[in-house]
Amino acid sequence: MKRIMALMDEIKEMSRRYPDRRAALLPGLYLAQREYGWLSQEAYEVVSKALNLPPATVKGVATFYAMYKKQPMGRHLIQLCTNVACMIMGAERLVDLLKERYGLEPGGTTKDGRFSLVIMECIGACDRAPAMLVDRDFHSDLKEDNIFEILEQYK
Amino acid sequence: MGREVEIKICMGTGGLAAGGRAVMNAFAEGLKAEGIDAKVSENCSIHQVGCRGFCARDVLVDVIIDGKRTTYQYIKPEMVEQIIKNHIIGGEVVQDWTVKEDYQAFHDKQVKVVLADCGEVDPEDIDSYISRRGYEALQKVFREMTPEKVINTIEASGLRGRGGAGFPTGVKWDFARRNPGDVKYIICNADEGDPGAFMDRSVIEGNPHSVIEGMIIGAYAIGAHHGYVYIRAEYPLAVERLKIALEQARQRGFLGRDILGSGFDFDIKIKLGAGAFVCGEETALIASIEGKRGMPRPKPPFPAQKGLWGKPTVINNVETLANVPAIIRNGALWFAKFGTEKSKGTKVFALTGKVNNTGLIEVPMGISLREIIYDIGGGIEGGRKLKAVQTGGPSGGCIPAEYIDISVDYESLARMGSIVGSGGMVVMDETDCMVNIAKYFLEFTQAESCGKCVPCRIGTKRLLEILSRITDGRGRPGDIDLLVTLSEDVKAGSLCGLGQTAPNPVLSTIKYFRDEYEAHIHEKRCPAGVCKNLLTYTIIEEFCKGCTMCARVCPAGAIVGEKKQPHHIVQEICIKCGACFETCKFKAIKKG
Ligand SMILES: Cc1cc2nc3c(=O)[nH]c(=O)nc-3n(C[C@H](O)[C@H](O)[C@H](O)COP(=O)(O)O)c2cc1C
Ligand code: SF4
Ligand code: SF4
Ligand code: FES
Repeated sequence: MKRIMALMDEIKEMSRRYPDRRAALLPGLYLAQREYGWLSQEAYEVVSKALNLPPATVKGVATFYAMYKKQPMGRHLIQLCTNVACMIMGAERLVDLLKERYGLEPGGTTKDGRFSLVIMECIGACDRAPAMLVDRDFHSDLKEDNIFEILEQYK
Repeated sequence: MGREVEIKICMGTGGLAAGGRAVMNAFAEGLKAEGIDAKVSENCSIHQVGCRGFCARDVLVDVIIDGKRTTYQYIKPEMVEQIIKNHIIGGEVVQDWTVKEDYQAFHDKQVKVVLADCGEVDPEDIDSYISRRGYEALQKVFREMTPEKVINTIEASGLRGRGGAGFPTGVKWDFARRNPGDVKYIICNADEGDPGAFMDRSVIEGNPHSVIEGMIIGAYAIGAHHGYVYIRAEYPLAVERLKIALEQARQRGFLGRDILGSGFDFDIKIKLGAGAFVCGEETALIASIEGKRGMPRPKPPFPAQKGLWGKPTVINNVETLANVPAIIRNGALWFAKFGTEKSKGTKVFALTGKVNNTGLIEVPMGISLREIIYDIGGGIEGGRKLKAVQTGGPSGGCIPAEYIDISVDYESLARMGSIVGSGGMVVMDETDCMVNIAKYFLEFTQAESCGKCVPCRIGTKRLLEILSRITDGRGRPGDIDLLVTLSEDVKAGSLCGLGQTAPNPVLSTIKYFRDEYEAHIHEKRCPAGVCKNLLTYTIIEEFCKGCTMCARVCPAGAIVGEKKQPHHIVQEICIKCGACFETCKFKAIKKG
């Protein structure tokens, strides 16, 4: 309960920075996601109450944007780019490898909850393609023989 | 020591990924071990700097002794000790690790306006920016320029928006200035969603104050007191550096109330995007800041008339704004010296794909594509043949190799059926399939269509279906014409730039590589050897030595044959993974 109240206060506080409280919706959803790891029903409710917006509005906005997680995520989030620059440098093979090694499918999570995989549109590291973000770290120039070396650092 | 030593370490996203932080620590510790406290000593300093373009060579380290610069490439922490001992202390450059002529060649034809200080200044230290004439333009503006004069200067410079559309910046500002209202906004568009593009990320990571300074000047010109930077959440480092820079600018009185005693108030807030490409479109971006689904709306009214919360609003791209301080400092004529008659100044491009030197480059408008690919880019990887250059991302098109001598400017690229766009430049060689490339772009636009317009929502889906069946080997006669007609419908019936330009990658590849489409459809053949369903792997008997290597790597068990006898691939079992092709030492496996 304490946690919910604190989160509510934080969102309310932030909403005062904008001429219209609705402008706090996207950042509010980020705060809720940081707290819960994903946007659970409870997370939606907290945001909706804090900003005094209908739950349908909150959910409607969240579903429009890819960065809001609609299901629980693994401990580490792999965001792998398969867009053009990465694709021509071999990103598709990496997707296959993740599946072979960890049984990890795009949009899925490993059974042990260690990794989730999200396929990204360009993450702006195209000069060293293929590239991925693991949590907040950039890794680039990925190849068959280095991707697991990198991932094994995330326990 | 007595000498002045400065060490600059690349710590952009590229530099950090390559281990920049560890290299920096190694220098600090190594120097300390030698009794030199780099942080304290006035004569020796270590700085982090942003991207200088050539991230493929990271970690790049400059060692500057009494003004003489040596640049090292591919530096790892364990190499640092030797650089300290031999070079910094001993005065002997470690030649094996320095950059060579190709590094020079990469920079020779570039002209740096926007990137001039990227790689030089410490992005987290405002004094470092100030020491390189930072915020001088802002002081000049307050000292001697009316808003009208600022606008006239920007107009006279010929600066056009770098976010894709190329609209004259001065005209846009003038429009917003003339629209009455006490409350106005200026927004910096840092949503950079085009695949193959990372110019804006690098500018913010490398020199965030240049963007902030440009924004303050723009705000003064139009009379805005509030600004937003709408930036992608996928760029954590850029967001962090921008936050630091804003805080420092506030502390120094460049932001806030009564800036530098001018009586002008202005401050900037950061708004994070949330992974919707269409939010780069200005009206969608406004909706997103307001806390709504990021859907575009019809124009007019233009944002300069009715923008954020219905107030006059100017939206400018990161690179556009980063040009502003240099123009104010050096004058409109100085800027207009670079470029062509209608495309002034320089443009930053993200050079990627199959060139030897990938990276961030800044060139004068009007440079030839050949100079970019061969002189700066160092030619095609592995000595293969250039096939096409994709410019402008999903809104752009492919320029085939035979037009490599065209001038890179807004007009010439448009004539080719492509665009300058935001600055992505993906180089493709003979091993890339153009139908597949078109399919990839359509996958992107189809997924990113906001769904508001039927032609865009349904049309991109249909285009993708047709492209998918062609690459799967189920293409039908008439498919090419169907793609063209549908493309025209999508372009004509879409509200925003996303739908209006989404078919460009299809149209331009059909225009220049029609034969490749035809080979897929009529001969069920992918000339570049990319589309899996159209590939067959066969073993050329006379080359096969029966070494059994291929049979051992084949994950499907599709290869049969006796030791020392020619082997054979059972087509029904083969999953076309290509492992045998990669493995065979005798080039006995044929792909086609
Ligand atoms: C689908 C779509 C995506 C866009 N994405 C961006 C972007 O990421 N960054 C940007 O600066 N402009 C983008 N634009 C262009 C903006 O709408 C707008 O023209 C630009 O930000 C204006 O700034 P400028 O005049 O300085 O170029 C996009 C346009 C469309 C239609
Ligand atoms: S053209 Fe496409 S992306 Fe643009 S508003 Fe229409 S449906 Fe949305
Ligand atoms: S392409 Fe792959 S599956 Fe087919 S024969 Fe070669 S190794 Fe086996
Ligand atoms: S295309 Fe993959 S990072 Fe840009």
